[in-house]
Amino acid sequence: MNKYIELIDFSKTPTVDQVGVEERVARLNSRSIKKESKVYALKMALNMIDLTTLEGKDTEGKLKQLCYKAAHLHDAYPGLPSVAAVCVYPTMVKTAKEALKGTNIKVASVSTAFPAGQAPREVKILDTKYAVENGADEIDMVISRGEFLKGNYNFVFDEICAIKEVCGNARLKVIFETGELSTLDNVRRASDIAMYAGADFIKTSTGKISPAATPTVTVVMLEAIRDFYYATGKMVGMKPAGGISTAKAAIQNLVMVRETLGEAWLTNEWFRFGASSLANDLLMQIMKEATGVYQSKDYFSID
Amino acid sequence: MSRLEILKTYKIYIGGQFPRTESGRYYPLKDKNGKLLANVCLSSRKDFRNAVVAARGAFGGWSGRAAFNRSQILYRIAEMLESRKAQFIAELQQQGSTAKAAEEEVNQSIDRLVYYAGWCDKYIQLYSTVNPVASSHFNFSVPEPTGVVAIIAPEDSALLGLVSVVAPCISGGNTCVVLASESKPLCSVSFAEVLNSSDVTGGVVNILTGTSKELHSHFSSHMDVNAIVYCRDNKDEIKKIQQNASLNVKRAFIYHKNWNSAEVENPYMILDLQEIKTTWHPIENIGAAKSSY
Repeated sequence: MNKYIELIDFSKTPTVDQVGVEERVARLNSRSIKKESKVYALKMALNMIDLTTLEGKDTEGKLKQLCYKAAHLHDAYPGLPSVAAVCVYPTMVKTAKEALKGTNIKVASVSTAFPAGQAPREVKILDTKYAVENGADEIDMVISRGEFLKGNYNFVFDEICAIKEVCGNARLKVIFETGELSTLDNVRRASDIAMYAGADFIKTSTGKISPAATPTVTVVMLEAIRDFYYATGKMVGMKPAGGISTAKAAIQNLVMVRETLGEAWLTNEWFRFGASSLANDLLMQIMKEATGVYQSKDYFSID
Repeated sequence: MSRLEILKTYKIYIGGQFPRTESGRYYPLKDKNGKLLANVCLSSRKDFRNAVVAARGAFGGWSGRAAFNRSQILYRIAEMLESRKAQFIAELQQQGSTAKAAEEEVNQSIDRLVYYAGWCDKYIQLYSTVNPVASSHFNFSVPEPTGVVAIIAPEDSALLGLVSVVAPCISGGNTCVVLASESKPLCSVSFAEVLNSSDVTGGVVNILTGTSKELHSHFSSHMDVNAIVYCRDNKDEIKKIQQNASLNVKRAFIYHKNWNSAEVENPYMILDLQEIKTTWHPIENIGAAKSSY
């Protein structure tokens, strides 16, 4: 494998056939996953969650509670996996790191003036440094959507490179905020830019804007990852975030990953869900399969 | 040229929408001469699950409404039913009632709605108490709605029976999922159309058609259902419902009532689906010579 990857001309990235993508999504979403396979998929999805709290009102107490939940999803059902990571603001990284000591749950931190990304590059770099120095295992950065939409692709490319450099050993996830990119062509182009600039993961949204991780956007990004892998031999991860709150939607995502990228991506090293309420819905479905009885939110911890 | 009659598709009612059953199953409904009246949805447990989600979603808004406003909405249902009287009389006759009995049943249904509309903002005063306690507390108890109620409606009294169990349930601020009469389901679907045009928020009343045999165990075992009302007389089903209700300690009511009689018009029907909340409010100096509050 070549160490150096030849850059492509981003103004000539492939265009996306929207009708075709929607058709493909509809076909994949009609798959029916039942019984043992369903339980397997539910547990797999649980293990891929980045349990997220990104609110102005976050406190250390609330975060500690969330971290406990991350490691003890539902103790009434022994043998459940834990989530993959807890996703927080940079100021909360230290608390999360301490609270998760002794588990193999990672701490992910958003950075680069999340969620708008409207800050000078020096500030974004400092923001990222702060998170990394406090022990963040993963960095979720946002791109400058304004510059991207202006056509200033080099700016976006350089920005991602600069942040990647600061990350050190932390894995870098690049958030596009697809709800602000208007077209699927733009989503495809942003994916290519981010991957060539060194992203370890590409991520749909911040969760602050609707629409977020729609299935069409996810498929377009997965196909970009596939093409990048064929071109360079390098695997890149995928993280749909925002709007995935039901077990059904989670399983549909797993099907899309399996059919577009293959089984190698079906681990939390290469695929994540950014979600907060998804965990409880997955747990309710797992308990439904275990007990045969439809469940109620009342019997699951609020995170 | 003779005109081809347009037949109505009888669908179920979930969350203010009229979907077909997700199972795609139907059962043929025939009149006493064997003529096909309609293909009626044979609802599945998944339809029930979706309906419970809708009912739970609507609960906060409905129970949080001013009692007087709930009263207005129940009265509005009665108004809408009155304006579509002829349709309901015709449907009851199709399902075997005489003209006189059908008219009587629709009239009584309308009156019953008005009766419970009146109770919406009055039962709380009736059932609330101020309790004497031996400490410095103002202690009072008030009824609050139970939550989501699963109802298996009477089999024989197609419209009046349905109204008689739904009205006290929603007048008390609960939301519900109702299984309509299996042999006489037409009025229940038309009643859903009445609800849909009477300011009742989607999800407050959800109406399914199908069999109690298939659905009673799901109605009674669902952990997000807070009470179940059963108005039929199958002993095995009653036993199963009572056993399942213990799973999340939901309230189980088995009603054997004469739905035509005025006896079923009473506020205790509302009280069945209420929980009593008692509050201890600290105050100063109670029990001293002068009144302190």
